[in-house]
Amino acid sequence: MELSLAQALNRALRDALREDPDVVVYGEDVGPLGGVFRVTDGLTAEFGEERCFDAPIAESGIVGTAIGMAMNGLRPVVEMQFDAFGYPAFQQVVSHLAKMRNRTMGRLGLPVVVRVPYGGGIGGVEHHSDSSEAYYAHTPGLTVVTPAGPADGYSMLRDAIALPDPVIFLEPKRLYWSKAEVGAPARTEALDRAVVRRAGSDVTLLAYGPTVPTALEAAEAAHADGCAVEVVDLRSLAPFDDATVTASVRRTGRAVVVHEASTFGGYGAEVAARVTEQCFHYLEAPVLRVGGFDIPYPPPKLEHLHLPGVDRILDAIARLQWESGWTPGAAPGGPAGAGPALPAARSTS
Amino acid sequence: MERIDDRPEARLALPSAEPIRLVDRSGGRVPGAPVPAPDPQTLARLLRAMVVGRRFDRQAGALARQGRLAVYPSSFGQEACQVGGALALAPADWLFPTYRDCVSLVARGVDPVEVLTLLRGDWHSGYDPERHRCATQCTPLATNASHAVGLTYAARRKGEDVAALVLMGDGATSEGDAHEAYNFAALWNAPVVFLIQNNQWAISVPVRKQSAAPTLAHKAIGYGMPGVRVDGNDAAAVHAVVDQALAEARCGHGPTIIEAMTYRLDPHTNSDAPQRYRDDDESEPWRERDPIDRLTALLRAEGMVDDAALAAMAEEGERLAAQVRDRLAEDEAPDPESLFAHVYATVPHALARQRATLRDELRGEPDEGPLGEPGAGLPAELRGGAHDELKEV
Ligand SMILES: Cc1ncc(C[n+]2csc(CCOP(=O)(O)OP(=O)(O)O)c2C)c(N)n1
Repeated sequence: MELSLAQALNRALRDALREDPDVVVYGEDVGPLGGVFRVTDGLTAEFGEERCFDAPIAESGIVGTAIGMAMNGLRPVVEMQFDAFGYPAFQQVVSHLAKMRNRTMGRLGLPVVVRVPYGGGIGGVEHHSDSSEAYYAHTPGLTVVTPAGPADGYSMLRDAIALPDPVIFLEPKRLYWSKAEVGAPARTEALDRAVVRRAGSDVTLLAYGPTVPTALEAAEAAHADGCAVEVVDLRSLAPFDDATVTASVRRTGRAVVVHEASTFGGYGAEVAARVTEQCFHYLEAPVLRVGGFDIPYPPPKLEHLHLPGVDRILDAIARLQWESGWTPGAAPGGPAGAGPALPAARSTS
Repeated sequence: MERIDDRPEARLALPSAEPIRLVDRSGGRVPGAPVPAPDPQTLARLLRAMVVGRRFDRQAGALARQGRLAVYPSSFGQEACQVGGALALAPADWLFPTYRDCVSLVARGVDPVEVLTLLRGDWHSGYDPERHRCATQCTPLATNASHAVGLTYAARRKGEDVAALVLMGDGATSEGDAHEAYNFAALWNAPVVFLIQNNQWAISVPVRKQSAAPTLAHKAIGYGMPGVRVDGNDAAAVHAVVDQALAEARCGHGPTIIEAMTYRLDPHTNSDAPQRYRDDDESEPWRERDPIDRLTALLRAEGMVDDAALAAMAEEGERLAAQVRDRLAEDEAPDPESLFAHVYATVPHALARQRATLRDELRGEPDEGPLGEPGAGLPAELRGGAHDELKEV
């Protein structure tokens, strides 16, 4: 059946609530309204106030009570209404949620899922478009995942709820309405795997969440210019799937990480470092990062200038020290191995 | 609010069961109110600011529906709170508004187009906070409250006579930040008044799901400050109560929480869907308590305004709306390079490089990579490596 990402996530919550009486869903406006993005639409009507309910506006309390519930057998799935509104809960997430298993010598695990709509591109005013993944991924003990489409949305949320450890479940909000065929209740790849979305032999684009469709578009554009781009959807930011990523980059010899977040100290820095460590002798060029600028997320009228688009990705590919100087827009025939023909510079647009 | 002795503890009475009201629904004066009514000139100013404010609010709502604002959280029905509060401030006082409170900013004299900069999507805040003594509109709920406490602390240190009014919603009172700010304010005896606009709803969540306290004003007692309830659709009462609380604050009696009982007549914003969570007829009784009708009735009955004065207020509202429409129609795109201008006091080298990257992108030229123009740099005496030009080796 064809579902949007928001609908697929709704489906996953519904199936989890049906199958496991210990699952509870709560957060701000997730009850009768169905959440501001409608991800919890209809759940209170179907499962009652006991299982899906509105919390007071208190993010720290939401995560704190979820920790308590999980200490006593429930599997809470809580929502932070927007990325930046998850910050009041940061202490509970970092000091307790992430550490409880460790602090208790493994006696107490916390199967809590914190759902966070994240990222920009929806014309939101300030505080509604942050990419907060690096804060979470930096915190040992948290599993941080992000689907880039409806099929993964369903499967990854089901897996996240089933996991015995806390999961920060990042939902790319600008993809909420994008539709695809979903075989729910079918599962896609395992929660901790990266997946090759498009095969290519010249360069690997490493993307996740909102930038996966952009990376695929860039790959298509580069293909027209004779450059075969492989696109890996990281899916799991922590833990990191070194095996899939390393195999890809060793094959292509070039890599670019693409994310929306500011580049400095961003998640891409970790990816670039790991890839360099694992693939040094296979690399033809430094691993590059493409991201947002190192600025606070801009207002709606300027966000398109900040977000990495196809052109910024193609420019990065062009800087990968092609011996024959590929630039986007080059003639077909393209790069070949270590001595490629030219991908051509961005067409003036 | 009536006090028989001057000891600070004497302020700590429980809030009255009935909200304080000076003007009843049909515009008659309520006898025996515990606060003095504003004088006739003030009442006329309140009415004028509400009429103009509502016209502004309706205009902004229309622009949002036309897609010319990114979003608009309406003040419709809450004008008495926003105007009554803002007009009680002295020129040197500060206002700490939220996203909901555009009308309070207009009432305080901020250029309406600058008020809309945030919601138009041009920038995060359009006016000069210092000049207008208005903090930025605050979206992360309740986080503005402690800023007011700190600002007045600094004012006291500098010997300035400054009080502050914090606007917040009923839902925001559930946040930890609200509790911390209330505690700081009471502990420091800060000259801060917290005006909670209890409009009954926080997006889709009714106030009964936010708090088990008998009223939100009751919370004040626990922090050691008075809590007062006021009819939030009675501009005279809101003004009087805020005015008195500010006076108490100024003479060193500390902060007050005021809960103004009102109603959000419109959806949360233009992108909300209230039919999912509340019945239309719930709002009917509130429409009958319209703050503008009520004050108009009083002022007319007492001969303080006539048709000509009312027509002049309406006219002023129309002029302001037309001005907003015209000026927003110009719709200049913000300068792309403004993205980098105000992140730090001076632009560090790395950011200047990114600015060059954006320039290249906008010209359709390939991005040159890591080497680019140098940043403007810190003042020389502070300069370290981060502002140096990268040397090509
Ligand atoms: C810290 C934080 N959490 C969540 C939100 C999302 N949010 C925006 S408005 C709102 C409801 C606020 O209700 P209330 O305080 O009663 O003010 P009102 O909008 O009714 O004026 C919510 C939950 C936010 N802005 N900030």
